Amino acid sequence: MRQPRRIGAQALLCAVLALAGVAVAIDTTPPLPDPVLQQRYYGLTHELRCMQCQSEALADSSVGLAADLRVQVRELLLAGQTDDQIRDHMVARYGEFILFRPRMIWRNAWLWGAPAVLMAIGVVVGWRILRNRARLADADESRLDDSPDP
Amino acid sequence: MNRFLLPLAGFVLLMAVLLVGLKRAPDKSNLPSPLIGKPVPQFTLPNLFDNTQRVNAETLKGHWSLVNVWGTWCVECRAEHEVLLQIKQEARVPIIGIDWKDQNEDALSWLAQLGNPYERIGTDNDGRVAIDWGVYGAPESFLISPAGTVVYKHIGAMTLQVWQREFLPRVSGAVSPGA
Repeated sequence: MRQPRRIGAQALLCAVLALAGVAVAIDTTPPLPDPVLQQRYYGLTHELRCMQCQSEALADSSVGLAADLRVQVRELLLAGQTDDQIRDHMVARYGEFILFRPRMIWRNAWLWGAPAVLMAIGVVVGWRILRNRARLADADESRLDDSPDP
Repeated sequence: MNRFLLPLAGFVLLMAVLLVGLKRAPDKSNLPSPLIGKPVPQFTLPNLFDNTQRVNAETLKGHWSLVNVWGTWCVECRAEHEVLLQIKQEARVPIIGIDWKDQNEDALSWLAQLGNPYERIGTDNDGRVAIDWGVYGAPESFLISPAGTVVYKHIGAMTLQVWQREFLPRVSGAVSPGA
C-alpha cells in the first residue's frame, strides 16, 4: 500500500521537475555585447510598459509590438543613448503612460507631493488629538483634586 | 456637532477627489497620443501599388488626409473596411494606408477581395514607422492637416459615427486633390 503511493509521489516530483526546466523564453532579442549595457537593457525593458497588454512590462510581453520595442531599446543602447534619452524617445511616441515609474515633472507634482501633504495633515491632526487628550486628562485630575472630601 | 463637521468635510473632500480621479482616468484602450498638434513623424515607405514610388510626410502635405494603420492579420480592420470605402466615396479626404507588419501579397489580395479605399499605402513590413507614429493597436486612424500636423487620432475600428462626429468637423474646407 505504501510502496505504490511513494512511487506515485516520485513520479509526480519527476514530472514537476521536468516541466520546471521548460522555461518559456519570451525575450528573444540577442544579448548586448557589454554586460553593463545588458544590465541597462534589463532595467529599461522592465520599466517600460507594453502598450498592448498594459499591465505587463516590455520584457514580459509576448506580443509582436513589445518584441519590436525591445529591439528598438537594444538599438538605442548600442547607439550610445542614455536611459533618459531612451525614455524620452518612447514618451514622445506613446506618451507618459508607457513609463511604469511616473517622472518627477510639474504635471505629476500632485502624485509625488500628495503622500507628503497627507502625512503632514495626519501629523497635525494626531498632534492636536494627543494635546486635547492630555488637556482633558489634566482637567479630570484637577477636578479630582479640587473635589471636597465627603 | 462641531467635532464631526471637520472629519465629515474631509471625507466628502476625499470622495470628491477620488470621484474626479475615476471620471477623468484615461480610457486605456484610447490613450491620448503625444503626437496631436505636432508635425507628422518623418517617414519613408515604399508604396504597395508601385514600389518605385514612396509614401512619406510630403505625401500628406497640401490637403487633409486620413492615415489609416491596418494589416491583413487585424480582425477589426476587416470590420472597418466597409466604412473606409464609404469615406472614399465621399471624396472629401483621401485615405493613406500604412500596412503594418504585413506581407505585400496578403495586402494586395485583401484589397482585390474587399475593395480598395486607399489612395496610397506605405508598406511598413518591419513595423518601425508604426512605432514612430505611436501605434499600439491596429486599426488606428490619424487626421492630418494640409500643413502636415496630426490633428486627431482614433484607436480601433473607424465607424461612420466617429468619422462624422470627430473627424469631419475638424476638417475645414476639405477638398480631395484632383476633385
